[in-house]
Amino acid sequence: MAEPAADPHAAFRADARAWLSEHFPPALRGKDNALSAIEGPTDESEDERRWRGAIGDKGWGVPTWPAAYGGGGLSRAEARVLGEEMARAGAWNPIGGMGVMMFGPTLLEYGSEAQKREHIPAIARGEVRWCQGYSEPGAGSDLASLQCFAEDRGDHYLVNGQKTWTSGGQWADKCFALVRTDRTRKHEGISFLLIDMDAAGVEVKPIRLISGQSPFCETFFTDVTVPKANLVGREGEGWTIGKRLLQHERSSLSGGGSTGRLLGGKPVSAIAKHYRGTDADGRLGDGDLRARVIRHEMDVRAFALTLRRAALEAKTNQGPSAATSIMKNVGARITQDRAELAIEAMGMQGLGWEGEGFSAEELTQTRSWLWGKAVSIYGGSTEIQNNVVAKRILGMLDHQ
Amino acid sequence: MAVLNDEQVMLRDMAREWVDNEAPVAAFRRLRDTGEAVDRAAWDAAGQMGWAGIVVPEEHGGSAFGYLSLGLVAEQLGRNLVASPLAATAPAATAIAVGIDEPARAEWLPRIAVGEAVAALAIDEGAHHDPAAIATEVVDGRLTGTKCFVAEGDAAALFVVAARDGLYLVADGEGVTRTPRAMADARSHADVRFEKAPATRLGGLELTAATVDRAAAIASAEMLGMAEAAFARTNDYLKTRVQFGQPLASFQALQHRMARMFTELELMRSAVEAALEAIDAGRSDTDQAVSLAKALGSDTLKLVSREMIQLHGGIGMTDEHDAGLYLKRAAVLEAMWGNAAWHRDRFGRLNGY
Repeated sequence: MAEPAADPHAAFRADARAWLSEHFPPALRGKDNALSAIEGPTDESEDERRWRGAIGDKGWGVPTWPAAYGGGGLSRAEARVLGEEMARAGAWNPIGGMGVMMFGPTLLEYGSEAQKREHIPAIARGEVRWCQGYSEPGAGSDLASLQCFAEDRGDHYLVNGQKTWTSGGQWADKCFALVRTDRTRKHEGISFLLIDMDAAGVEVKPIRLISGQSPFCETFFTDVTVPKANLVGREGEGWTIGKRLLQHERSSLSGGGSTGRLLGGKPVSAIAKHYRGTDADGRLGDGDLRARVIRHEMDVRAFALTLRRAALEAKTNQGPSAATSIMKNVGARITQDRAELAIEAMGMQGLGWEGEGFSAEELTQTRSWLWGKAVSIYGGSTEIQNNVVAKRILGMLDHQ
Repeated sequence: MAVLNDEQVMLRDMAREWVDNEAPVAAFRRLRDTGEAVDRAAWDAAGQMGWAGIVVPEEHGGSAFGYLSLGLVAEQLGRNLVASPLAATAPAATAIAVGIDEPARAEWLPRIAVGEAVAALAIDEGAHHDPAAIATEVVDGRLTGTKCFVAEGDAAALFVVAARDGLYLVADGEGVTRTPRAMADARSHADVRFEKAPATRLGGLELTAATVDRAAAIASAEMLGMAEAAFARTNDYLKTRVQFGQPLASFQALQHRMARMFTELELMRSAVEAALEAIDAGRSDTDQAVSLAKALGSDTLKLVSREMIQLHGGIGMTDEHDAGLYLKRAAVLEAMWGNAAWHRDRFGRLNGY
């Protein structure tokens, strides 16, 4: 096989390869726990601790963040090369969570110099876990109706109210929250505040989901004192900052991790063939299921092509592609269709709750089928995404 | 709604009242949280109210009202997810009643009719409904085989078992071992191993087929009740939940989704009632009627139970809310007695396409 004609990043590639071979413990090859974000932190092994330390020192857990704040300082192209080399080595990135995906990029954009110096390096090293205080029981899709109130007490705020769907709230060290600082204005009355989860008056209660997991919490704030230094941006600027952060969330929900795993996971056609058998020509035995599996596999293929096209269009500087607006909904649909088809193919074996009669893979399938029902709800529901398409892309009118 | 006689109207209204007063979804939730899979109180009530005897002949202590009547009760039980073994026991009772063994009728039917004995259907031997793939055999009156995911298998005092050559009755006891299976719906399911268990012959393969059809029809009636309740609760929620300063029910996009579900529910009701009536009339095309009911029923309940979660939003994802209980039970009932794909395939074959 011929070497590529000229790899403009050959030197960086060689560096990355050498660094990975020196620092990535081979025992951890392919051991990334994809569900850890949902199921909470697992006990870190010595190898994992060492690996997190090494990549944290190097800043390569957040390769494109500025080196001044503990990031890798790499260009996007170099980060891509790093990703390729990590995949080649079977290495994975232990630095993640909401701090990396959402809060960090937002703080880099809107935070003060002091805030960046305080918070970004700790995120880059995977030392501080952040959670999101956005939704409230009465403010879901209509997020801007939130009521959690931060009262101005001169040198500090006094925060009272309730947040819900706080991902990983029971493990988080800090919370970035949208709070109301002005009750007379809806959007302009919202501010972006950083709250210590171990501050007096913060109470966290895990929410048990239909899947049996508790990745989210209800978070209660009762007379919580928050220093004014923890206000990001200006008072009343919270909605703008918060929306920017949601863009990071949506791009990571659709284009990033979950979709990568979705497209890289075991195809449902393989699961169906295993459980339902094949005819003499090697076709899925259950013809009705087969037709639906084919339709799904075609959806997956079209989604992958669309992700690639959107990336190409963005790269060739035509700005973000209109196609990005459909990513979350298509990703959610594919995730849910896949799970429905998988449990159908598995029959009663795909509906187990616990016990020896089910394989670990089957039990995981059942739980992820149930958990997957959240994908079309969180991070902007399918309905809200469709509103965005209708109004922003198609130019349709607001609901009267 | 099918045309009901006075007795049926009274039966339905009493069942509805009992379910709403005595067996709210909270009762099933309590049962689940204590690790119980069978609602004994609901079964006792079924005996006292005469529901357990609806398909039992009068000479054996039943009322012989038939399957349309039984379906009215199953629908009400389904509305609140009552963990009653009625849907399993009734088709087993019919198999005994129309079976060839007179002593079995005299021994078991009166006990079933008063709600004393729970009976279970032990048909399938894998994770999918497949009556053509049965290996269980009877040699010299002794039955040997393993049945999977037998509904109400935990509580059953007797089993109506499919063997290669037809249907048999096996009482719990010698040669019977059960292993409970913990399923997502938190209801009673068990794998049952029969090892040279004494068996009484009830009939041939035609009886097996007719029995499974009755089970599928009653499951469809339970699914109808579930779909109705899931729909009604979602509809109520949309009228009360306010976002963007107005009830969700004011958004036309959501109104149309509810209208679509209402449409599917009406079609489902027609199909379910027709299947039950076909059974009572002994029609020769009962199998098609049942396949129509179970296929439409599975698809409609799938739609409604998934939409129940989506339209409730985050709260619907919590275990504290009932939406998940409907979703999980729906998926198990969809898989039991042939899923939508299985029944579509059979409907096509029966009609020559």
